[in-house]
Amino acid sequence: MNARDTVLSRIRRATADLSGTRTTVPRSYLRHAPTVAPGDREGAVALLVERLEEYGAEVRRTDAPGLPAAVTRALEAARSAVVPDGLPEHWTAGWDGELHRDQPPLTHHQLAAVDAVVTTCAVAVAESGTLVLDGGPGQGRRAPTLLPDLHVCVVREDQVVSALPEAMPRLDPRRPLTWISGPSATADIEMIRVRGVHGPRRLAVLIAP
Amino acid sequence: MSKTFMGWPAFPRAAETAVADEQLRTNVRRATHTIRGKRAALVEERPDWQDLRDAAAALKDDVLAHLDTYLEQVEERVTAAGGTVHWAVDADEANRIVTRLVRDTGETEIVKVKSMLTEEIGLDNALEAAGISARETDLAATIVQLGDDLPSHVVVPALHRNRSEIRDIFVREMGRHGRPAPEGLTDDPGELAEAARLHMREKFLKAKVAVSGANFVVAETGTLCVVESEGNGRMCLTLADTLISVVGIEKVVPTWRDLEVYLQMLARSATGERMAPYTSTWTGTTDGDGPGTFHLVLVDNGRTRALADPVGRQALRCIRCGACMNICPVYERTGGQAYGSVYPGPIGAILNPLLKGPDDPQTASLPYASSLCGACNEVCPVRIRFTDVLLKLRSDVAEGDAKVKHRAEKAALKAVGAVMDHGPLWNAAVRAAGTVGAAVPKGMKLPGPLHGWTDSRALPDIPKESFRAWWKRTEGGAK
Repeated sequence: MNARDTVLSRIRRATADLSGTRTTVPRSYLRHAPTVAPGDREGAVALLVERLEEYGAEVRRTDAPGLPAAVTRALEAARSAVVPDGLPEHWTAGWDGELHRDQPPLTHHQLAAVDAVVTTCAVAVAESGTLVLDGGPGQGRRAPTLLPDLHVCVVREDQVVSALPEAMPRLDPRRPLTWISGPSATADIEMIRVRGVHGPRRLAVLIAP
Repeated sequence: MSKTFMGWPAFPRAAETAVADEQLRTNVRRATHTIRGKRAALVEERPDWQDLRDAAAALKDDVLAHLDTYLEQVEERVTAAGGTVHWAVDADEANRIVTRLVRDTGETEIVKVKSMLTEEIGLDNALEAAGISARETDLAATIVQLGDDLPSHVVVPALHRNRSEIRDIFVREMGRHGRPAPEGLTDDPGELAEAARLHMREKFLKAKVAVSGANFVVAETGTLCVVESEGNGRMCLTLADTLISVVGIEKVVPTWRDLEVYLQMLARSATGERMAPYTSTWTGTTDGDGPGTFHLVLVDNGRTRALADPVGRQALRCIRCGACMNICPVYERTGGQAYGSVYPGPIGAILNPLLKGPDDPQTASLPYASSLCGACNEVCPVRIRFTDVLLKLRSDVAEGDAKVKHRAEKAALKAVGAVMDHGPLWNAAVRAAGTVGAAVPKGMKLPGPLHGWTDSRALPDIPKESFRAWWKRTEGGAK
């Protein structure tokens, strides 16, 4: 018998007493954040801002016309930045640093030498202060959001949900997803939180209508 | 060859040594109390915490009852998404498969995301024997690996080390394995993290092969999920050409939506965060993004043995959050290494005997490494009833087919006695662990000599506070 058949037959033997068991999964947990009423978008956005700031992310709310200026400001300390396909060109038009398009794809070494990356996201979850990137337009592949030290992420207000259960149906698990809750961190040394280990040490979030 | 738990002394002896180490006790106490406090605050803010626990336990029970069907589904979906699925009956077979897969790439240095299963099966040593250097990339795992040490916690494996010990390890060892520690490195945690960033960045950019575990595997879609804090996981999962994920067969959840339950509970329980900084999910391979080759190795290594135990199988619900060890008064005094396994604390006390069988004195001593205070039952996000399983395993050792026989009560007292002999400290530890649950579940009877023991200890209701706490609060019932 090969390993597959051995494991499967052991499982069947081990669970013989459970055959025919149907487990009902109780789903009485909340589908929204405890402090935000269902459908309260403004409440969800406010909570997102609060949680991101707790993580040490730099958060700015802006109107649509103000977005390019907000991007320029977020990139102030960076000399170079990479942008994925599908990111509106006018967002970075006013910034005078060295701009790279990830098309054709940059090598890992090239990406590691770039200071910043600007992307959009697919969904943002207020309760945990989480931005989910799914590789769609304006987000691109995963390496460019990982190697530069500053990640500037633009969130549209209608992408904000209050809690995780509201986010799941909006996401396609067949795509590679990155869920980002604040900048890279560790508490491995005496439980003291240190921001910035391997991923971007700075996360700037711009929230626009 | 780095250190292993092979030949480790049984718990009572290992515990005596550990309890005598004051530095160790201080480090462990500081760490467990910090996480405990953060966890409690974040659990408090979820009015539906008990509902989440109900869902988390029921989902895993469903998976375990139909594990064969779910695993076949995983295999089908991962294969359809461009991955290759391998099966391993035990540690040796899993190690052989991974070694062959790495050899086929021609690489001799690979990077790893911290994974309990690869620790359990001793993958790093197996690869080293085959001439392949597997570098851990998680900060704590790096501290353990560079220090030729053993892990002492499932989430924070180097929690027994303080900052100056870590600095010394970095200064001494980093240069032997790549970029040396910066000149004049101090023991400031920020500087130490920066040293790790520089040392590892070089390896991430070079690595062609990465090995990971997985926190969850979604049967419905064939999606794997890794939760981490530092970004080393993302580096491994994204930058390598070949990704090999080695996963225990119990890691399955039925549907995509089910992740909403566990992702809301894991970081809260493990580190006292709402979510860990980074969660990655992927399904097979994706053109132009991440590794072009993906292997999933499904490992049994005793899990089907645990599954066959009607009381013990609930241990396979475990999501490795470590909340049980952070709350445990025994763990707090001994640290993790005394348990002689990569799985310490209450989960280690039940999981090791279930996976391996209590056939050696070390494993057989573990069900006695508990005072049955029940604090672990209360914090477990998947509602494992540790005390039920501990009692069942003790009866196996005393009465069952186990090759090692303990005179049950005597061994129990000896094991716990090693850590309980300082009255005031012990009382403080139990009190700090929170309310004390029932020592024995209602209606549970043990065979033979333990019968009388359970009779005398079966409690009608779970007391809300320990006897000693009640005594102190009420001044012996006078108030």
